[in-house]
Amino acid sequence: MTEGLITMAYLVSGLFFILSLGGLSKQETARKGNIYGILGMTLAILATFASGEVENFKLLIPLMLGGAMIGAVLAKRVEMTSMPELVAILHSFVGLAAVLVGVVSFIDPRDVELTGTNKLIHEIEILLGVFIGGVTFTGSVVAFGKLRGSLSGKPMLLPGRHLLNLGMLGASIWLGTQFIEQGHDQALISLLIVMGISFVLGIHLIVAIGGADMPVVVSMLNSYSGWAAAAAGFMLKNDLLIITGALVGSSGAILSYIMCKAMNRSLANVIFGGFGTAGGSAAIASEIEGSITETSADEVAEELKEAKEVMIVPGYGMAVAQAQHVVKDITETLRGKDVNVRFAIHPVAGRLPGHMNVLLAEANVPYDIVFEMDEINDDLPNVDVLLVVGANDIVNPSALEDSSSPIAGMPVIEAWNAKSVVALKRSMAAGYSGVENPLYFKDNTNMLFGDAKDTLSAVFSKLG
Amino acid sequence: MKLVVPKESISSEKRVAISPENISAFETLGYEVWIESGAGDLANFPDNLYVQSGARISNEKSELWAKGDLVLKINPPSNEEVGLIKEGATLISFAYPARNEELLQSLGERKINWMAMDCVPRISRAQSMDALSSMANVAGYRAVVEASHEFGRFFTGQITAAGKVPPAKILVIGAGVAGLAAIGAARNMGAIVRAFDTRPAVQEEVKSLGGDFLMLDFEEDGAGSGGYAKVMSKEFIEAEMKLFAEQAEEVDIIITTAMIPGKKSPILITEEMVRSMKPGSVIVDLAAEGGGNCELTEAGRSKVEHGVTILGYTDLPSRLPAQSSRLYGNNLVKLVNLLGKTDQFAINQEDEIIRGALVLDHGQISWPPPKVEVSVQPVKPIEESVKEPVEEKKSIFSPGLMLGGLCILLLAMGWQGENEFLDQLTVFVLSCFVGYMVVWNVTPSLHTPLMSVTNAISGIIVIGGMLFVSGSNPWIAGMAIFLATINIAGGFLVTHRMLKMFRKE
Repeated sequence: MTEGLITMAYLVSGLFFILSLGGLSKQETARKGNIYGILGMTLAILATFASGEVENFKLLIPLMLGGAMIGAVLAKRVEMTSMPELVAILHSFVGLAAVLVGVVSFIDPRDVELTGTNKLIHEIEILLGVFIGGVTFTGSVVAFGKLRGSLSGKPMLLPGRHLLNLGMLGASIWLGTQFIEQGHDQALISLLIVMGISFVLGIHLIVAIGGADMPVVVSMLNSYSGWAAAAAGFMLKNDLLIITGALVGSSGAILSYIMCKAMNRSLANVIFGGFGTAGGSAAIASEIEGSITETSADEVAEELKEAKEVMIVPGYGMAVAQAQHVVKDITETLRGKDVNVRFAIHPVAGRLPGHMNVLLAEANVPYDIVFEMDEINDDLPNVDVLLVVGANDIVNPSALEDSSSPIAGMPVIEAWNAKSVVALKRSMAAGYSGVENPLYFKDNTNMLFGDAKDTLSAVFSKLG
Repeated sequence: MKLVVPKESISSEKRVAISPENISAFETLGYEVWIESGAGDLANFPDNLYVQSGARISNEKSELWAKGDLVLKINPPSNEEVGLIKEGATLISFAYPARNEELLQSLGERKINWMAMDCVPRISRAQSMDALSSMANVAGYRAVVEASHEFGRFFTGQITAAGKVPPAKILVIGAGVAGLAAIGAARNMGAIVRAFDTRPAVQEEVKSLGGDFLMLDFEEDGAGSGGYAKVMSKEFIEAEMKLFAEQAEEVDIIITTAMIPGKKSPILITEEMVRSMKPGSVIVDLAAEGGGNCELTEAGRSKVEHGVTILGYTDLPSRLPAQSSRLYGNNLVKLVNLLGKTDQFAINQEDEIIRGALVLDHGQISWPPPKVEVSVQPVKPIEESVKEPVEEKKSIFSPGLMLGGLCILLLAMGWQGENEFLDQLTVFVLSCFVGYMVVWNVTPSLHTPLMSVTNAISGIIVIGGMLFVSGSNPWIAGMAIFLATINIAGGFLVTHRMLKMFRKE
């Protein structure tokens, strides 16, 4: 194939990727979007095969087949509750691949020797690619560990961590300047040291962020993986990589932005200042008036039977307890009795943007009864019974009422406006933000303690 | 201490002061509960129900009265009962002290503490013991039932094989407790309900029950003290009467509930208006006891004038005896609770509820109580904007900042860049914007699939690896290819799996 043809093939595949993202904007076109993505990718790989620059098929084919097999198995096996982990680990692969491509492109310059500004730019590109890739790689591995629970979800805060981060960045820049000036062999060592620093930086950045901020972290890493790919594109003078990297990068950036907005925090606040470190006042929980009323599965079932409008607000607790299926059973039964059951989803519910939607979809809950916070908040006064399943901060009234609260200003689902609220919870422990939730003390709120799956199964059995 | 509940002595009275459900509450307070045999018969609470709940039955009237340290009744005692009551006992019942001066005297001679259910102040804390409200609630409901009994048609509109039935139109005057109960009941039976009240504040409550609130084009708020409306100005009354006259021609049923405490009820429906009503129409006058809101009302009777049935029943709560007795009993439990457990029984006059209700204090007349200003419908302060302006946190994504920074950066690069790089930069920046535009439209429920697709797409880095796999370091490149293909296959397939699960109904 001529170079022109390949360029055009890349262009078409870039268009496919854009169509793919566009397709994902609506439920109806989402599957088509995914297919566009697959087409674009296939085209890109085929074009590269045909470009005449690839020869080592003996190595290439088995590796690609192996990778594809592993990917397919992962995709097939993964539990929907573990989607966040899968996404995180896949990010790390992209990061590592970007690092490797960066390193190999430095060791093995395919092009003619560059000089002057061109060389400078090229080397900066390599540095950036390796650096971003490195942070993405280890950061994602740590996020993966936190999401799986093999690492503690609590933020780990080293003393002077901001200085540490700055120091690492400074050292990388200094090494970078050395790298540009040094001869080839020495420069390689500098590059590898930068790589090492980026690995440490990635770890250090992410261990400092707590579990419930993971939606932001994962989408941020998503963004990084895109920028890493784009940097590789610059380095290899490959437009397709640049286009794709830019698409993914901006997509991830927007997602992080949406997630931050949903918590009324800035990205910088999420990354550099975990809860409990920023104000220092978070620990002082204000006195809440009123008392907790406990209820039983029987009573909840009775209440549900008599309701006309039921709303379910799921949170991370539902994912942990794997309660989505019994939630769906309850939904079906009630809908069979002409009860209007709907779901209200907060943007940061769960550990991944859109996590709750996927879980409900897995449990076969139709998506047209699943609503976003903004769509549903005005409707809540009409709701007879509102079930909070393992959610806490996202239904906390102090976000709106108490301007001194650490979560003040965070948009929340105004659950307390419903006529009656049943909150399912394992214990009275405070939510991720460490803030007491006055919702539980309201007159119209009853608490149902226990593992959400067990208690809901009990409710379901009484619904009959 | 012994708590006794005698059978009501008025022959038409079907209610009883407490229901069997209340017994355990009194026992918890330490009372021994005695019921006169047959006291609850007419309210469908036979003696054995009381016995099952732990009460004792007394067959002998005088014996029962002689026992009672605390006597619970509905109506004020008759002369005979005054003779039977134990000296120094405490009596709780309706009292209407304004018209029962003689009774106050004679009970006073027997050193009785008399607490009047009708004098419980109408403050929010006392709502649970407000027997006037609970009886008014029953009366309002029953008024609709009586009206439908006399009215010769359906309330609800229907289209049947035998023809179309128009819905009944009902006008409720006065949206107090009784009025609101009547509105609710009539709406539930399918009638079109209009309501009028001099207090604009009740408009919302009327609407919440499904009634239409009739507005007068006139500025005057009729909210008086104690939850009653006050007497309005002459101009207002004229405008009001004009409205009623118009409505009378149109509606089928009028239910009036306008009572002013201690005064004669205002005449709202004149004979002229009655004459203008359609034959077969019904008027239920809940204010009959105070003379009636309709000129033609006769207290305690039903009669037909000009083809319109006018009901002046004064015993509506008694016509629903089981319900009324239950509610009244619950009110009593709450009030008796205020007197404390039997071992610390005290009539604590510091408590404004007790002070208000107490009309005889050890035989001394203590009525009327010092004035307590109350309002059932407090004027709502204009809600201050609750949301304190939460400081808008600056985002590093603010468009102005980003664009500005971008321009400077691009200019700086253009200053001394080389062409090829600038070409790539053009592609890069444009792609960023395309991505930005496209991704904003993604619905939040698809954020997870979006991430997994972008994940798969970022596996495009595989091309980088492929370009180097033929070079001198095939294994490093190979490793990159391997990882990237996991991503591509995994990302696309898992997205496919997820999207397959999303279903519409």
